[in-house]
Amino acid sequence: MKVEQISIFLENKSGRLAEVTRILGESGVNIRALSLADTTDFGILRIIVNNTEKAKDVLKKGGFTVGKTEVIAVEVPDHPGGLAGILDILKSEKLNVEYMYAFVERSGQCAVIIFRFDEIDRAIKVLGDKGVTVLPGEKVYAL
Amino acid sequence: MIYNEEYETMPREALEALQLKRLQNVVKRVYEKVPFYKKRFDDAGIKPEDVTSLDDLKRLPFTYKQDLRDNYPFGLFTVPMEDVVRIHASSGTTGKPTVVGYTKKDIETWSELMARVLVAGGATKHDIIHNAYGYGLFTGGLGFHYGAETLGASVIPISGGNTKRQIMIMQDFGPTVLTCTPSYALHLAEVAEEVGSDFKKMKLKSGFFGAEPWSTVMRKEIEKKLNISAIDLYGLSEIIGPGVSTECMEAKDGLHVFEDHFIPEIIDPVTEEVLPPGSQGELVFTTITKEAFPVIRYRTRDISTLNYDPCVCGRNFARMARVSGRTDDMLIIRGVNVFPSQIESVLLEIEGVEPHYQIMVDRDGALDILGIDVEVNETVFSDEIKNLQNLEKRIEHDIKDILGVSATVKLVEPKTIKRSEGKAVRVIDKRKI
Repeated sequence: MKVEQISIFLENKSGRLAEVTRILGESGVNIRALSLADTTDFGILRIIVNNTEKAKDVLKKGGFTVGKTEVIAVEVPDHPGGLAGILDILKSEKLNVEYMYAFVERSGQCAVIIFRFDEIDRAIKVLGDKGVTVLPGEKVYAL
Repeated sequence: MIYNEEYETMPREALEALQLKRLQNVVKRVYEKVPFYKKRFDDAGIKPEDVTSLDDLKRLPFTYKQDLRDNYPFGLFTVPMEDVVRIHASSGTTGKPTVVGYTKKDIETWSELMARVLVAGGATKHDIIHNAYGYGLFTGGLGFHYGAETLGASVIPISGGNTKRQIMIMQDFGPTVLTCTPSYALHLAEVAEEVGSDFKKMKLKSGFFGAEPWSTVMRKEIEKKLNISAIDLYGLSEIIGPGVSTECMEAKDGLHVFEDHFIPEIIDPVTEEVLPPGSQGELVFTTITKEAFPVIRYRTRDISTLNYDPCVCGRNFARMARVSGRTDDMLIIRGVNVFPSQIESVLLEIEGVEPHYQIMVDRDGALDILGIDVEVNETVFSDEIKNLQNLEKRIEHDIKDILGVSATVKLVEPKTIKRSEGKAVRVIDKRKI
């Protein structure tokens, strides 16, 4: 049920994000989801792609520092209060979200949100038990 | 193990009496035989007979590398050339080489010191020594060679270069001890891997590495890759060559200076004051037994500290800390002496951070600003902002803790700091003073 996410260290200077997307594009890697977290000095780009290993490989060859992390993709009902319902579950189970971002694609009538937990296995179990759909990696890469 | 119990374990009182006698002797000799020293001593208003205690050493004038160049090639020798049996010289990368000479007795002294080094590191006459230090004008190769023969070990005088052949000889001859520069040791490991040789299947058990600064991290890497115990030794041709000081295998905690032949001091490189034991500063050596080429208070430019505490190995000689840098690179930031090597050691302590860094000094009004760019590698990289910010804070904290100066640390992408072909350019000083 886990989804592989790549994170890339970026200095805050112009053209770095463009360079990443250019390298991926030239290698035929398609970005499924993306989030950029930044500070005044540097940023961390987090992406989910259709071919994790290849993306990691070409970015490393391009001189970037690349990490791989496991995250989960959760279907969130696309109506007011949809996300709140899921966050309530996490709160009552004391599951701490390290970070999260929304997926642009839609899956049926739902939006997709990516969550990064420290306790990823417990999070998958808790959400599953409460009837929340956690999408398998293959499905996310192919969306 | 100790090669020369009598001298290496001599009680300090007896050692100091011996040092004083030898110091008086050498001071008198250079004053009488070398016009350069006579002038220096006269200018400083000191006569050889004024040296009545070891404390008087600090009144003697320093000798600088430039003095050796000014008296090139043989101007500082105190014996006629007919008594000189060997000449060595530095590479002379920054000018004329510095030339040093040895009498027959000097070679004997040096050979004994190198035998002491080998024994301190656990070598015996039963060892086969693969000596990959360069033979020639450089003191490394012949220094180890004579030391190994004095000890009675078997020497393979392979010298440097032709690395694949060196690996073959190591496999076939089965040397138990390797002597070379630390960087060449790592190169040997790389080439062995390329040709499919395994150091674990060789008989090597220890290595003696010197002639260039190296770090604890590098020691661990050499020990792991070559499957040996690595010993650090120190020396410079101006003093005698390798064999000025060495680590003992028992403690590996500082390098014992052979004080019956060389008197070490630590000075503040700016004020030139002698600093108390434990203080960091520039190493200064006075040779007290050399015949052909004695030097008085030679400024090495190497940064170290001296520790007079007794060592578990039984030697009574002071221990100098591994050389951590050069005074030539020293920065003064807000009145504090800062060496790039100190910053490097902080970075090395933080696991995984490779020492690719750049130091920037600037001035904001009257205040010096110290900035350090550190390249991020995969070991320390995290997908969480807070972890990277904590890394920056931790480096800043450790630098403040060790140097007493605050710095702003910035993480940068790998390979963004300019690589240098020769000596790395670690510091960009933008201050206009």
